[in-house]
Amino acid sequence: MSHPAGETTAPRKYTKKDFESDQDVRWCPGCGDYAILSAAQKMMPDLGLPRENIVFISGIGCSSRFPYYMNTYGFHTIHGRAPAIATGLRLARPDLKVFVVTGDGDGLSIGGNHLLHVLRRNVNVTILLFNNRIYGLTKGQYSPTSELGKVTKSTPMGAADRPLNPCAFARGSGATFVARTVDRNVAHMEETLKRAAQHHGAAFVEILQNCNVYNDLAWNVLYDRESKSLHELRLEHGRPLLFGPVDDRRGLVLDGPTPRAVRAKDVAESTLWVHDETNAWKASVLTKLAPPDFPIPIGVIESIQEPVYEEILLEQEHKAIADRGPGDIGALLVSGDTWRIG
Amino acid sequence: MSDASAPASAVSKQRRQLDRAVVRFAGDSGDGMQVTGEQFATEAAWAGADLVTLPNFPAEIRAPAGTLFGVSSYQLQFGSRRVYTPGDRLDCLVAMNPAALKVHLGDLKEGGLLIVNTAAFEQKNLDRAGYRSNPLTDAALEDRYRLHKIDITRMTMEALEEVALGAREKERCKNFFSLGLVSWIYTRPIEPTLGWIGRRFAKHAAIAEANIRALKTGYHFGETAEIFTECYGIEPAAMPPGVYRSITGNRALAWGILAAAQRTRLTVVYGAYPITPASDILHELALHKRFGVRTFQAEDEIAAIGSIIGAAFGGAIGVCASSGPGIALKAEGMNLAVMAELPIVVFDIQRAGPSTGLPTKTEQADLLMVLHGRNSESPVVVLAPATPGDCFFIAYEAIRIAVKYMVPVVVLSDGYLASGAEPWLIPDPKTLRDIPVKFRTDAEGFFPYLRDEATLARPWVRPGTPGLEHRIGGLEKEHITGTVSYDAENHDLMVRLRAEKVRRVAQEIPPTTVNGPSAGDVLVVGWGSTYGTITAAVEELQQEGKAVASIQLRHLNPLPPDLGQILRQYDRILVPEVNSGQLVRILRAEYLVDAVGLNRVRGLPIPTQEVRETIEQLLRDKQ
Ligand code: SF4
Repeated sequence: MSHPAGETTAPRKYTKKDFESDQDVRWCPGCGDYAILSAAQKMMPDLGLPRENIVFISGIGCSSRFPYYMNTYGFHTIHGRAPAIATGLRLARPDLKVFVVTGDGDGLSIGGNHLLHVLRRNVNVTILLFNNRIYGLTKGQYSPTSELGKVTKSTPMGAADRPLNPCAFARGSGATFVARTVDRNVAHMEETLKRAAQHHGAAFVEILQNCNVYNDLAWNVLYDRESKSLHELRLEHGRPLLFGPVDDRRGLVLDGPTPRAVRAKDVAESTLWVHDETNAWKASVLTKLAPPDFPIPIGVIESIQEPVYEEILLEQEHKAIADRGPGDIGALLVSGDTWRIG
Repeated sequence: MSDASAPASAVSKQRRQLDRAVVRFAGDSGDGMQVTGEQFATEAAWAGADLVTLPNFPAEIRAPAGTLFGVSSYQLQFGSRRVYTPGDRLDCLVAMNPAALKVHLGDLKEGGLLIVNTAAFEQKNLDRAGYRSNPLTDAALEDRYRLHKIDITRMTMEALEEVALGAREKERCKNFFSLGLVSWIYTRPIEPTLGWIGRRFAKHAAIAEANIRALKTGYHFGETAEIFTECYGIEPAAMPPGVYRSITGNRALAWGILAAAQRTRLTVVYGAYPITPASDILHELALHKRFGVRTFQAEDEIAAIGSIIGAAFGGAIGVCASSGPGIALKAEGMNLAVMAELPIVVFDIQRAGPSTGLPTKTEQADLLMVLHGRNSESPVVVLAPATPGDCFFIAYEAIRIAVKYMVPVVVLSDGYLASGAEPWLIPDPKTLRDIPVKFRTDAEGFFPYLRDEATLARPWVRPGTPGLEHRIGGLEKEHITGTVSYDAENHDLMVRLRAEKVRRVAQEIPPTTVNGPSAGDVLVVGWGSTYGTITAAVEELQQEGKAVASIQLRHLNPLPPDLGQILRQYDRILVPEVNSGQLVRILRAEYLVDAVGLNRVRGLPIPTQEVRETIEQLLRDKQ
């Protein structure tokens, strides 16, 4: 029962269509979720997994409607609890490929504790966090990623609490794979989601998503053509960190632990910071980069290998059985002190 | 067995036959009173007595020495007839320090045996216990009780003179001196304790040696010291023949899960967050990975139930346990299982509350919470074990019902059952009812909410089954198809279907056992751990010719189908509960009977005497 996903049946050839369910999609017209759904459906055939071995689990919120639209197994659960439910599913069924779909409210507010622990344990699940910096389904309250001073229905004079940085949170929780992508860049999303899905262990992807109804253009810094050319930093393993317009490339260098943005032509190429997905210290700096002083990194921030929680538990189970044989309740009942009457 | 172990040199001392005795060991948390009590219970059981135990310990792990709140005790009643309760009043109290004497003396019968360790009655301990003067010098104490002032500490130290241990370690053996002494007084065999010490301290020869010496010294002291003029024999009880063991409720719950795991060959995921008094179940299950039980210590109570819902969705058996505060947090999870119609089992090891309350004390006040403490109409099956041994069968039955009906099942145990032990006739696992597990694999005509006609269960599908990919969730479902539906009539129908499915579990309930005449003056109705108290009180009155009967409900939702008929056969209905009156409300509402409650919420079982007196009052009122 514990063979890895993909080995239960001979691989079949799927297309995007095979992953589209018969449900009418109910997000607002223009919502960024459509593009994410499409990217996920397009990416799925590349995983080479039998469709029946794939499960999408979500909490509550606009993003959490996602499983209904994927023609896989799916479970739309309780606000914030999807990581816990996914953990139990992986414990019971390590042969399944499990995705968790959540949002900034679901995953970082009500479900913050569960997200922390699923990452810390390194459960083998792929977590997609749609970050639109607002509560959409409840009609527009500020969220834990909304900026300080954000005016919403619940904060008419501006939000008084500081925003959380999802990728920094994931790293701090011990995630072994952390990435960021944007809903307006389908190709990048596809590539990033695929990398995450293929990661062995807990993979976390922050997807910058537009809620055109309650928080339109929250990520305009990466939508607006000019702004994007100035602020998007594409991460590629083994390549120097370069961004900015072609005629005026900028680069990042590290001054000890401190990052600095420089004109590429002003420095020798060998002094530029080269992206290394396996370097935890640099990944930690990357998660903190943000405008106005820095660009926004897009892509895989960190990817490392660590032991996977449910695999350790299964090894223990196999060892216990190998050492002493499978359990026998009849023998257990008469073990220890017993006495006979009559 | 008891004859064989009677002290050979005790001929000059009289042996009086008793048919039962209530003994309590009390001392500081660090005095080893729980081990002493457990070992005495084992000795009593070996000698063929029936018994019931009551461990009672402070919530603090290392309560300050000598204080009143740091007192730990272990009580048991053992006898040659059926024993149903740990007993109300004590025949014998062993008090290892002044605090223990102060806390427990009030429970000792007049003329009862009182054994005190004089070494502990020094000024510091007297102060901590709030004694102005040494109570042992008070002549009244000697007048009221058979007082034995023994310097247990000194005698233990002397006996261990040649053992290569430090003074502190030697001093800690004094509980075994007390155990040896009481074993002699009640002619209990010390062999099982010798065996236990050998196993427990297999790697610490000196400690094993010291404890054995202390035990034997205490035993021989009883034999030879002139102050003890008599000892007591208790004949073996007439118990059904077979092989017995001692079992606590928590261990029995864990083993019931293992039995179901083995029978169904399904993986069990047990999700838990540490909480008193439920944690022992997690510890026990974690030892038995060989049964395919995967224990998950979750980050909180909510994740614990979430994990088992995920497991059930994956086609495994999901079980979790907690106590009241944790069950409150599990409400939303239970409701998801109600809506998604997945088989999960939740054990509530009730403790005294509200809020943190008295974590180590027992109570039965979560009944209405598990029945009604969730948003909207949220029917679940509720079962309650009557004794520690019954926990085994109830856990197994809970899983059987959950799987058969695709429904959450709650089991209401409590702190008293959890840590209380009784001699248990070991069942043959082959005699347990089968748990049929059917996973849907046929894609033809599949709908996630197409129900079985007899049980109304929806199909259970393991992800990984080709062609049955489907989505479920917490949103209301359309009847049959299971797709999201906001339709008014459909919601009304689904509310009724979920309730009807739980009602149909009544098909599983065997005819109710009435203890006593099938009609009469008073029927006592109990549930859960009050079984012993109620049965003891009712049987005493029956022997006096009173038309009194009792029933103990193991199924609280749905209630047994024959219950209404039974209630109508008696003039008065009495419902003793360790809460402010919960089942009594349900009975009054469901059956329009004039049931009255007997409610004591002290964190302890209700004394048999109080049940008895209340029945007698009802009988008098009638005349
Ligand atoms: S409220 Fe916002 S996030 Fe939700 S569906 Fe509409 S646009 Fe999308």
